[in-house]
Amino acid sequence: MSEQQNNSAATRPEAVIAARDLTKRYGKTSVVDAINFDIAKGEVFGLLGPNGAGKTTTILMMLGLTEISAGRVSVLGFDPARQPLQVKRRVGYLPDAVGFYDHLTAVENLAYAAKLMGLSMAERTRRIAAALTRVRLLDVADKRVATFSRGMRQRLGLAEIIVKRAEIAILDEPTSGLDPQATLEFLDLIRELKAEGVTVLLSSHMLDQVQRVCDRVALFRAGKIAMMGSVAELSVQVLGAGFVVEVEADGAGIARRLAAIPGVGNVETLADDRFRMTADRDVRADAARAVVAANGALRRLSVDEPSLEAIYAHYFQATPSGGVRDAA
Amino acid sequence: MRREGSAFQGVGAVFVKELSDNISSVRMLMLELLIVLTAMAALYEAITALRQNTAEDPFLLLRLFTVSQAPLPSFVAILGFLIPLMAIGLGFDLINSEHNRRTLSRILAQPIYRDALLLGKYLAGLATIAISLTALWLLVIGLGLIFLGVPPGGEEIARSLAFLVIAVFYAGVWLSLAMLLSIVFRSPATAALVALGIWLFLTVLWPMLAPAIAQAIVPPDPRFAALGLDTPGTAIWSQLLQRFSPNDLFGEAMLAVLSPTTRTLGPVFLDQIRGAVMGAPLPFGQSVLIAWPQTVGLIACTIVLFVAGYVLFQRQEVRA
Repeated sequence: MSEQQNNSAATRPEAVIAARDLTKRYGKTSVVDAINFDIAKGEVFGLLGPNGAGKTTTILMMLGLTEISAGRVSVLGFDPARQPLQVKRRVGYLPDAVGFYDHLTAVENLAYAAKLMGLSMAERTRRIAAALTRVRLLDVADKRVATFSRGMRQRLGLAEIIVKRAEIAILDEPTSGLDPQATLEFLDLIRELKAEGVTVLLSSHMLDQVQRVCDRVALFRAGKIAMMGSVAELSVQVLGAGFVVEVEADGAGIARRLAAIPGVGNVETLADDRFRMTADRDVRADAARAVVAANGALRRLSVDEPSLEAIYAHYFQATPSGGVRDAA
Repeated sequence: MRREGSAFQGVGAVFVKELSDNISSVRMLMLELLIVLTAMAALYEAITALRQNTAEDPFLLLRLFTVSQAPLPSFVAILGFLIPLMAIGLGFDLINSEHNRRTLSRILAQPIYRDALLLGKYLAGLATIAISLTALWLLVIGLGLIFLGVPPGGEEIARSLAFLVIAVFYAGVWLSLAMLLSIVFRSPATAALVALGIWLFLTVLWPMLAPAIAQAIVPPDPRFAALGLDTPGTAIWSQLLQRFSPNDLFGEAMLAVLSPTTRTLGPVFLDQIRGAVMGAPLPFGQSVLIAWPQTVGLIACTIVLFVAGYVLFQRQEVRA
């Protein structure tokens, strides 16, 4: 155990999860192929990628629920393959399409899980009531789970993580199949967890949601991490520029002047008076100055936030399955 | 390398939850009704028969278990047939239902080992059956007291308790088998069908097939047939083959324990029983000795099937 702690300490002092060449093979095919990542305490980390890219397998290896073929992963300084109980005591897991015992009530379901956590009766009652209040399920606490909607089940799953007082919450596709309202509520709950200092690991293919809550993301592709970093960093990597600014202005030679602004990659002329420029920083102020300097009439100046959706689409179109590059 | 912590952590919680699920389930209610009603019918017939010819029988209570009246088989024979049904009914969806409800990965993400889940579920199933059988046993003793009016002696109670213990192990065999199938097959319906198929094969078809196979191995000798006797080789093979069925093991053990005059379960030569007082009951300990190999067979079968399921479950992927 001390060896593991030393090891993870050597890699990155504040990392709560550290994977080194983590590999999972079924027969000859590698589902997860020598991936490396560090997740810092208190951050919201997103695992992104198409279905079957190895996200869930990675999660299961972190929990010690599936065997690791090669490499290692350390969770809070513990090796999940050797000390699964230590890991599972501190890590909460919300599986993809979580299931509950339909014939039991919400409270009974949580009480069963809490018993397995080894909590005492008094502690269970207290924590369960508090957790159900937080996920706003207190009024249906004594209803059978069979009557619950998908969103309520997901929130109940989150309540289980809250009952556990997990240091790390691993959420596998937590918002898939939820309606927009339920999704928003769920994302708020994730932010609350983060505010409490819980490290959140989130796997998803719902990109705009991931973008809204994640500090950093890792893009999975055929068992490898293709890219990793914050959304802004990734957009620079993939789209070549972080910011897309659209300018609508009248005047002579505006396109030339815009292109002269430092940091601007290229300027597209969309119409006589509309230009789209890509830049590696927010160049709106410079653009405004340039238009005014050219005696132009500035009518609109807008910036497109770098969208994960665009990054994702661009990346997976740009590199067909054969040419996987490991930018991690 | 030893794994940290206890493999039994959480067994208690799983056991209590599963036991309460089992006992409150409609499925269990139906199985209990089926067994109680059939057993009561057999018992009623037995009591009527016993009251008509109240012979000087030192083991009147045990007769309740073993006497059969024309259309109905004896109480023990009915249990031998129905206990597997009960065990299969409880066990066929132990593990695969957790997969299908998608609760397995959530439960296994709690700080317990898989052992705890499997063992807790198994013991809960066995406890459910044990409770039902004990209730049934008390019912038999009670009805015996009321209708026969003879208080049971110590040895009768001891023998009927031995019956109870062996019956629970017999149920354990079928519960292990059902659990194994629930691990192998992801669909509960498939697991149930395969389990019921094995049950019907071993209880109905095998007793007919075994003598046929025995005759193929050792053809009957016409000299024995002329004397109206079974060929010893054929008879021994037939019995050996039949003993592969847990149903047969249970039947033989019950015969030894509940019929104190039983001296042997297989064919014997005349010189082997020279000097024996035919018809005189054996002491309890001796009867248990006769039933012991069969009982051990049942226990061993339980353990082997359980271990097979355990190994498969440990290696199984959790994801659906």
